[in-house]
Amino acid sequence: MEFKTTSSPHLKPKTSVSKVMLQVLLALIPGVITYVVFFGPAILINIAIATVTAVILEAAMLMIRGVAVKRHLMDLSAVLTAVLLALAIPSGAPPWLVVVGVFFAIVIAKQLYGGLGYNPFNPAMIGYVVLLISFPALMTQWPGTDGVSAATPLDAVRTAVSQELAISGLELPIGFGESPWHWISLSYILGGIYMLTRGTIRWQIPASMLGTLVIMSTLFWMIDGDRYASPVFHLFSGATMLGAFFIATDPVSASTTVRGRIIYGMGIGAFAYIIRSWGGYPDAVAFSVLLMNAAAPTIDYYTKPRVFGHS
Amino acid sequence: MAQTFTFPGGLHPPQHKYLSNQTKIVTAPLPQRVVLPLAQHIGAPAKPLVKVGDRVLRGQKIARAEGYISAPIHASISGHVVTISEHPVAHPSGLKGECIVIESDGLDEAAPALENYADQDITQVDPSHLRNLVREAGIVGLGGAAFPSFVKLNPGPQHQVETLILNGAECEPYITCDDRLMREYADSVIAGIGIIMHAVDAKHCLIGIEDNKPEARSAMQSALERSGRTDTNIVVTPTIYPEGGEKQLIKVLTGKEVPAGGLPLQVGVVCQNIGTAAAIYQAVNNGQPLVSRIVTVTGRGVEKQLNVEARIGTPVAELVAFAGGYTNQAERLIMGGPMMGFGLQTDEIPLVKATNCVLVTTAEEVKPSTEDAMPCIRCGSCAEVCPVSLVPQQMYWHAKSKDFDKLQEYNLFDCIECGCCAHVCPSHIPLVQYYRFAKSEIWQQEQDKKKANAAKERHEARQARIDREAAEKAKRAEERKAAMGGDADSKKAAVQAAMARAAAKKAANKGEAPADAAATDAGESKPIGAAAIAIAAAKARAAKAKDEQAGSPPGSDEEQSATVSPALAAIAKAKAAKAAQSAGDSDPKISAAQAAIAKAKAAKAAQSTSDEAEPKLSAAQAAIAKAKAAKAAQNDGDAEPKISAAQAAIAKAKASKAAQSSENADPKMSAAQAAVAKAKAAKAAQNSESNDPKMSAAQAAIAKAKAAKAAQKPEGDS
Repeated sequence: MEFKTTSSPHLKPKTSVSKVMLQVLLALIPGVITYVVFFGPAILINIAIATVTAVILEAAMLMIRGVAVKRHLMDLSAVLTAVLLALAIPSGAPPWLVVVGVFFAIVIAKQLYGGLGYNPFNPAMIGYVVLLISFPALMTQWPGTDGVSAATPLDAVRTAVSQELAISGLELPIGFGESPWHWISLSYILGGIYMLTRGTIRWQIPASMLGTLVIMSTLFWMIDGDRYASPVFHLFSGATMLGAFFIATDPVSASTTVRGRIIYGMGIGAFAYIIRSWGGYPDAVAFSVLLMNAAAPTIDYYTKPRVFGHS
Repeated sequence: MAQTFTFPGGLHPPQHKYLSNQTKIVTAPLPQRVVLPLAQHIGAPAKPLVKVGDRVLRGQKIARAEGYISAPIHASISGHVVTISEHPVAHPSGLKGECIVIESDGLDEAAPALENYADQDITQVDPSHLRNLVREAGIVGLGGAAFPSFVKLNPGPQHQVETLILNGAECEPYITCDDRLMREYADSVIAGIGIIMHAVDAKHCLIGIEDNKPEARSAMQSALERSGRTDTNIVVTPTIYPEGGEKQLIKVLTGKEVPAGGLPLQVGVVCQNIGTAAAIYQAVNNGQPLVSRIVTVTGRGVEKQLNVEARIGTPVAELVAFAGGYTNQAERLIMGGPMMGFGLQTDEIPLVKATNCVLVTTAEEVKPSTEDAMPCIRCGSCAEVCPVSLVPQQMYWHAKSKDFDKLQEYNLFDCIECGCCAHVCPSHIPLVQYYRFAKSEIWQQEQDKKKANAAKERHEARQARIDREAAEKAKRAEERKAAMGGDADSKKAAVQAAMARAAAKKAANKGEAPADAAATDAGESKPIGAAAIAIAAAKARAAKAKDEQAGSPPGSDEEQSATVSPALAAIAKAKAAKAAQSAGDSDPKISAAQAAIAKAKAAKAAQSTSDEAEPKLSAAQAAIAKAKAAKAAQNDGDAEPKISAAQAAIAKAKASKAAQSSENADPKMSAAQAAVAKAKAAKAAQNSESNDPKMSAAQAAIAKAKAAKAAQKPEGDS
């Protein structure tokens, strides 16, 4: 009798790229629900626009590149990029803004570099940063709970500090649970825990990123609580939790060794704090991630584990 | 409970062991025919000792070990050798291999047992006897690696063996042959341990058994208690793949890391498989060579999953038939486990010593055969499970771009091909295949490099020789011109002689008969006076050469002339000889004698004086000179065939001897060539006794050509 042969190992693989991406998408659900609860369903429209645009652009690019379209669309990586980008754009933003962002993310940052696996930078963050730099006004109009657009707490702190006002004097929802962002952040943590237990992501990047942020913010807060916001404020503001669990952990653009991931996460945490406190932008997770993306290959090279039997 | 250690990475794949470990080991029926590959072990393939048609008995050695790292092969049934030829064998590449095929006579008649030590106190037996017995029994590592076992039993005086590790981990899914062996033949295994420990002089023994085999563990524990051994402990280890890897198990049991590229002996450990220990016991106690083994036949593609004791060489198809045949869902046939085994295209392939499992899977159990890989998403899962702490995600990029230097920098050769990385890869990239390919490419490149270097050296040597010869030729031509001066007759004669010589040389080199015709023609057409003239010219040149040598001022020219003059003398003499030959019509006897003497001298002169400067060259020249001398002598054969033949033979012998003596680089080769030359000379001499001078001349020419060539050859080819 004749048989087909394959190379070892023969055992059926446990997972696939689509499964990994799907797990990340599932992990985003609590965050999205909380978002809708506080700010209304506008975000869902953005997510829908981003997803449709991403799928169309991805398909077009795959076709141009002569790659199997269906197979690569099914990996869900374009959908994930779209959802992450939509969550980073203020929900009241015009649809064209979303489309432009997705275009940069999918076409420029991902497909022109060779598609999935070949992009050195996180596509969603490229799309976000392009929009932030090109359309700063639109990109900082976040919805308020009363339906009126407002600055985020991070913005308020930044403005206050730049005007040499004491943070304690601001009427900010500083206390835990007072801001919707606290609850959204908590929902992201929930998704992060799900991914950690499923082995979708590893603990090193979120732990080292958040740890560094806590250490740095605690240090400066203790030095001068009027000029520097508290660690709790930093942890639960802006894109900290979304970044720690969903963006910094994007495997393609992150460091891949165990020690490398720790260094990579620490870098993001440190840059995020530095830019937030002394830089030109209120939030900085996106910039920090992109900076560390660029450093990832070098970090990997110098953090190779000791090979068994080598001294 | 003994302390255990961990190695990096590892996996917990689904076990599937219960499929086959529930029933006792059964004995397979005698196969109709067995196919016994000569290469069933790591090392050199065995060399057949039988020929087609021979009747062989079970346990009879039918192929001997070739070299140290090798193992003999024994007939696993009695019957007749039907073929010794290429046959598909158990090899990942699907290549064929040389096999001895035995057709059963149904009698299963056993050969006499090997000299053994049944019921003796093994500790009183010289370890070297045990090693020899294990070697003679053809025992190799039965865990899958098939490394000749006696080699491991010979640690050598420089290594002290602290620990014998018995590998009962059996970490790959599906496989249960060691599990069943431990459950049913624990006493044999324990007895085998005693033999191995004595052979390697180990202080203690650790038996590593994964915690998914509690029955095996308790059976071994009871056997251990029965044996009364106090230097042996059973260590239950947590189940994790690939714990059964030699270096991994050593780490788990002792905490020691075998250095990369090193042997367990370097950390004082010898590691043997459970099945090997039992086989060693069979050999030492019963004198039984390795003719059968226990193999797991399992997977959901066969009707019955079981462990079967089968004869080595049994076709896989017969084992499957014994297990009730294929189910209609049978999809893939794998020899070995699902992680490291290799897919078989056909079930005609025979069971070999290393075969621990025949796995027939359904489509659900294995990865699809057609799926394309997705791009690597750098998730790093592969690095997490790598038991050697490699970074497969990086190695993949370098393997894909064939950057082999980089791959070696990333320690490619430490990869044990366990398959953990590929198994966890979400993109389903066949990583192991990439690394295997890269390894074989690197091996190939190294081979090619070696070959290229050898070729380069050869080419350079040849080029140097050609340049040297060209320079000498030019020098000779100049000298000749100068010596001839204005003498029109001698010039003419010399030109003709040179032409004849050139033709003769050419013919001699090519080994063609017309050379003789040319030489003879030249001789016949020349007037007698030419001989005298030539001799005179030669003498003049010789004298001149002498003068030059004597009178040349010290300095730059000295060295040159010192080597040139003997050469010149030789040439002069050779010419004299030729001239003498030309005159041969008038007095063949004398001229032949003169020619022979002159040539011998020429050769000697050329050889003796230029030894320091160019031993190789002088040998070649001497050979050529002698060949010519011989030729000249031969051409006179019409008058005195016997004498000339004898002279030719002597000349040739000398030529070859000269060639041989100065060729230190390869005495064997030159000796062989000399022998050939002599043989041919003798033949030529013999032939010339018969009344066919033309033919004998032709043969002589060929012989001389060969002699000359032989003298020349070592320069280029050795």
